[in-house]
Amino acid sequence: MTMTLDTPVESIQSLAPQSAARWRRWTRPALGLLLPLTVAAAWEWAVAAGWSNGRLVPPPSTVMSTINELARSGELVRHMAITLERVGAGFALGVAAGTVLGAISGYWELARRLLDPTVQALRAIPSIAWVPLFILWLGIFELSKVALIAVGVFFPIYLGVMGAILSVDRKIVEVGRTFRLSGPAMIRRILLPAVLPAYVVSLRVGLGLGWMFVVAAEFMGASEGLGYLLIDGQQLGKPAQILAAIVIFAILGKTTDWLIEIAAMPFLRWQDAFAPSRGAF
Amino acid sequence: MLVLDRVGKTYPNGVNALERFSIEIRLGEIVAVIGGSGCGKSTLLRAIAGLDRASYGAIPLDGEALTAPHPKVGIIFQEPRLLPWLSVADNIGFGLSDLSAPERRDRVAAALAKVGLSDKAKAWPRELSGGQAQRVAIARALVVRPEVLLLDEPFSALDAFTRRDLQDHLLDLWSETRPTLVLVTHDVDEAVVLADRILVMRPRPGRLFEGVDISLTRPRDRNSELFETTKRRILTALDRSLDQAAPDPAAAAEAGDALWW
Repeated sequence: MTMTLDTPVESIQSLAPQSAARWRRWTRPALGLLLPLTVAAAWEWAVAAGWSNGRLVPPPSTVMSTINELARSGELVRHMAITLERVGAGFALGVAAGTVLGAISGYWELARRLLDPTVQALRAIPSIAWVPLFILWLGIFELSKVALIAVGVFFPIYLGVMGAILSVDRKIVEVGRTFRLSGPAMIRRILLPAVLPAYVVSLRVGLGLGWMFVVAAEFMGASEGLGYLLIDGQQLGKPAQILAAIVIFAILGKTTDWLIEIAAMPFLRWQDAFAPSRGAF
Repeated sequence: MLVLDRVGKTYPNGVNALERFSIEIRLGEIVAVIGGSGCGKSTLLRAIAGLDRASYGAIPLDGEALTAPHPKVGIIFQEPRLLPWLSVADNIGFGLSDLSAPERRDRVAAALAKVGLSDKAKAWPRELSGGQAQRVAIARALVVRPEVLLLDEPFSALDAFTRRDLQDHLLDLWSETRPTLVLVTHDVDEAVVLADRILVMRPRPGRLFEGVDISLTRPRDRNSELFETTKRRILTALDRSLDQAAPDPAAAAEAGDALWW
């Protein structure tokens, strides 16, 4: 028996470069979706075939219809909005504090000697350990939740900014010195652009932690929010609702991360990176 | 006139990099500083540039002491050191932020044309070859019209062909405004092609060993007999500078020379 390999090879070669590029553009993200979609379809099929009752692990169709129901009743938007609000406020506070203190520690050696050991010691404390204190100090409502998220976001930003400033190439700084840049001009024209790539990375890490901590914050007694949906699903035995909340978390987390990437892209086009960063969608 | 008056540099670790270095350099003169490694030639250049302060001695330029980077002094490093986040044109205009935007644009465009990179104005530094990037660095240093331009082994990272090309190019650019050039190099060929005077240095501690005036007419023919003779003279001086270098006990011990007794 002879195998005819010629035909497919020829058909691939005959694709014009443009259409090949378009083909790759669509197949790459599709490749990433292959595994989760296959697992989901397999599970859907297994439940439909009666191999499992799907009570504890509901099939994708049940999860989707739960999301639909929540959306139709307006509940979903309400829970998403309050969670986004908490993450947004905590992220903003954490980024502001982390950026300012990280910049001071990176730029000014005396401040680093004074400040950094304490910050590093605080960083070693699992942030969840602050929860009881935050509740005592700030009450059970929004403030303590936002504070917890801000603490989680603060550390990667602080470390990222400080580390980035400390690792700015001395040779590039010397170029600034030979052109007699003043302190502020040195910051604006050399340090800021030089630390930007690392800063974007730390923003993304910080945001990821923000999403992690909002769940912890909403576990500590919330009456709304996606974290509340998780707890509510557990207490009332509604696994579909838990999975629905998890799916929404995944979508929101990925989307917000992507927004940071997109927003940073125009400023980072100069990078001579191994793989040029591009949006995943 | 750039004067170095008994300039010395001792690093905090006790290394005596440069000792009692004195020289007078006329405006528009091209001086090449040559010597083995550790003879303090880069230390000397960084002291003139104001990047490192000399431990003792004075460096007056037209009577004004140089202790920090000075507007009349430019420097070109071994690497191009372009700012990767700025386009080629913005890199060249980096030192012109005091000028108005149109004036800056004109000066940058003229500088780009002079180094033959007008078509690369909008390119990122990463898109340039090594030689092109060093051209941009030369343009960036010259566009502010310095009175003294320091060059720290500016072509040593380039291939032989590009190096020759840029040496000739540097002379063309120099002939327009005739700044004082102080060039540190370990390439005897390069020194003889470019310089009016070659300062041979002696290592450990870095000291001036011999100054040689080069009276060859420009443009210099690298293949002429006179060129070869001059080169040999410099090489001989270099050899002698190494032979006569006072053995520094610490350095000798480090090298294992102290074992003989």
